[in-house]
Amino acid sequence: MNSVAKTEKKERRAKIVIDEDFCKGCGLCVSTCPLRLIRLANRVSPKGYYPAEFIDTEAKCTGCALCATMCPDVAIKVFRTKKKTGGEK
Amino acid sequence: METTEMEQIFGRPRTLRSVATHYCPGCGHGITHRLVAEVIDELGIREQTVGVAPVGCSVFLYNYLDVDMYEAAHGRAPAIATGCKRVHPDLVVFTYQGDGDLAAIGTAETVHAAARGEKITTIFINNAIYGMTGGQMAPTSLVGQKTTTTPTGRLIERAGYPIRVSELLATLDGAAYIARVAVSSAKYVVQAKRAIKKAFETQMKGLGYSLVEVLSQCPTDWHMTPADATKWVEEKMMAYYPLGEFKVPKEAV
Amino acid sequence: MTGNEAIAEAAIQAGCRYYFGYPITPQNEIPEYMSRRLPEVGGAFLQAESEIAAIYMVFGAAGAGARAMTSSSSPGISLKQEGISYIAAAELPCVIANIMRGGPGLGGIQPSQSDYFQATKGGGHGDYHLLVLAPSTVQEAVSLTMDAFDLADKYRNPVMILGDGYIGQMMEPVVFEKKPPPSLPVKEWAITGAKGRAANLIKTLNLDPVILEQNNLKINRKLREMTKNEVRVENYLTDDAEVIIAAYGTVARIAKTAIQVLRKTGIKAGLIRPITLFPFPYEVFEEVTERVGKILVVEMSLGQMIEDVKLGVCGKAEVSFYGRVGGMVPSYEEIITETEKLVKEAR
Repeated sequence: MNSVAKTEKKERRAKIVIDEDFCKGCGLCVSTCPLRLIRLANRVSPKGYYPAEFIDTEAKCTGCALCATMCPDVAIKVFRTKKKTGGEK
Repeated sequence: METTEMEQIFGRPRTLRSVATHYCPGCGHGITHRLVAEVIDELGIREQTVGVAPVGCSVFLYNYLDVDMYEAAHGRAPAIATGCKRVHPDLVVFTYQGDGDLAAIGTAETVHAAARGEKITTIFINNAIYGMTGGQMAPTSLVGQKTTTTPTGRLIERAGYPIRVSELLATLDGAAYIARVAVSSAKYVVQAKRAIKKAFETQMKGLGYSLVEVLSQCPTDWHMTPADATKWVEEKMMAYYPLGEFKVPKEAV
Repeated sequence: MTGNEAIAEAAIQAGCRYYFGYPITPQNEIPEYMSRRLPEVGGAFLQAESEIAAIYMVFGAAGAGARAMTSSSSPGISLKQEGISYIAAAELPCVIANIMRGGPGLGGIQPSQSDYFQATKGGGHGDYHLLVLAPSTVQEAVSLTMDAFDLADKYRNPVMILGDGYIGQMMEPVVFEKKPPPSLPVKEWAITGAKGRAANLIKTLNLDPVILEQNNLKINRKLREMTKNEVRVENYLTDDAEVIIAAYGTVARIAKTAIQVLRKTGIKAGLIRPITLFPFPYEVFEEVTERVGKILVVEMSLGQMIEDVKLGVCGKAEVSFYGRVGGMVPSYEEIITETEKLVKEAR
């Protein structure tokens, strides 16, 4: 079961997908995200942890991938919109 | 609106098997395993890499990294790595060791592999405690640190002082690249990966022994949350174990 | 050549290209010879920081698919025991030479046979055995060393050459057969880099007791195969013997001299000389009790091989012991005196 935010207003630049088969609820991503877009859920995952969940209703995520960089369990995949005209990767 | 034009920019490296690890939540091993796997993939050396796993929490390294691997006896990984590297000098041989493995029982093997300039790479996880066996004092435990064998805190009169492995090994001419890094926050993780890559490249260029000491949080045996444990690394461990490169090869890597 | 040098040269001729060791008297000529010869044949010699490091370098080299060897003497062999247990558990082939000296502890540098138990009963922890070969002459040390590498590869088990300081130090003429270099077996399990195949793993940890028991049984099956196929023993004048002397290595040579003198005085003594100490020639001892009632075991120890002799004899003959320790060597006269005592009692 994956956490995916729904955006209503603007084009989403980036998002993360947290895999609850790997997430141990350590919370390092929560404290790492500079925009505070991750929190620990109130429910218990099938693995027995309070998994991290990505809550980004305003499509703020920039795809900095700092959360995934910290994640000890490689539970986070990061996606970013492909740039069609030049610009940074 | 959800766009379909998204590309994945971060995922699991090829060399890191898609297996949930047995490590505790927040443990530095998981991060370091991933960095080693990323470096192996980026250098394109998976099929010529050999790992030597230690005795300690990461004894199951072979379940996680998809390379040829030995499981070593406690402390003896550098000796096994030496035997392998002498037979196959073209392979990239690395050991992955904790503080008991490397700085207690394996001190002689560590020092002599470095002194010989053995062309192997050591990833040294320093979490200032013995993890797998339940939290006893390590040679790298800090003065005053409470462990199961120093219940009132490490006392100098009884247990002496912690060992700064990187500084020690940097005095040896055979040591070509020695660095200390941490994985306690994202900026340190990025630096750690650079050091690990440099260490592997040092070996591939035949410049001598390379070691990266990784200060790592151990939330379980430190009896802290992962977030507090990372703070302990940054506030307490880094004060005694400064980060940096203690030896760099004369030839640019 | 000295026995030590001959063992080293034999290893090289058997295809050994990696030697890791540490100096200890009375076997220093082995690492010294290897340090000269191995670079000549494209191999690698390394003087390790300890006997412990050396045995694990052998583990690494053997795991990498090479023919590798180490040597030491009694106290150093004690240090290697954990590593030997690991090598046996990982089913790696290698050769270990023990040139025995007086013990226990730092002991002395004179020869002894006090490591028989350590060599034949495992030595390290766990259910395993070394295949143990005990040469009696320098020439035999050559042939047994060459066989040792083949046996190690055949059974994927460590093999020990058990000599003593005499065999190591004495000089005798040696003949090396001109043989083509051996064709080494293919080792698919070896660590060579996972090119185009699944990663290989050399490990000994098995937390699941079901699996660990299976691994132990696998090793045990090999030991039983060794017992069936590899027993070596010399019978010297045993067919018409009235008393048997049991001895191995240097002591067996001395016993032969004693037997020749005894025969001249009318005592029909014979010698059973085990060459493989594991697997031990129990059946030869059991068989000889049909004709002989007295066996004298002579060792440079206070009685180690005698226990295996008694096991083989199964109470069907009287087994006596004569031994010297601490570097003292039994003379042929002492062996004659002890044998005469036994024969006088019997007659």
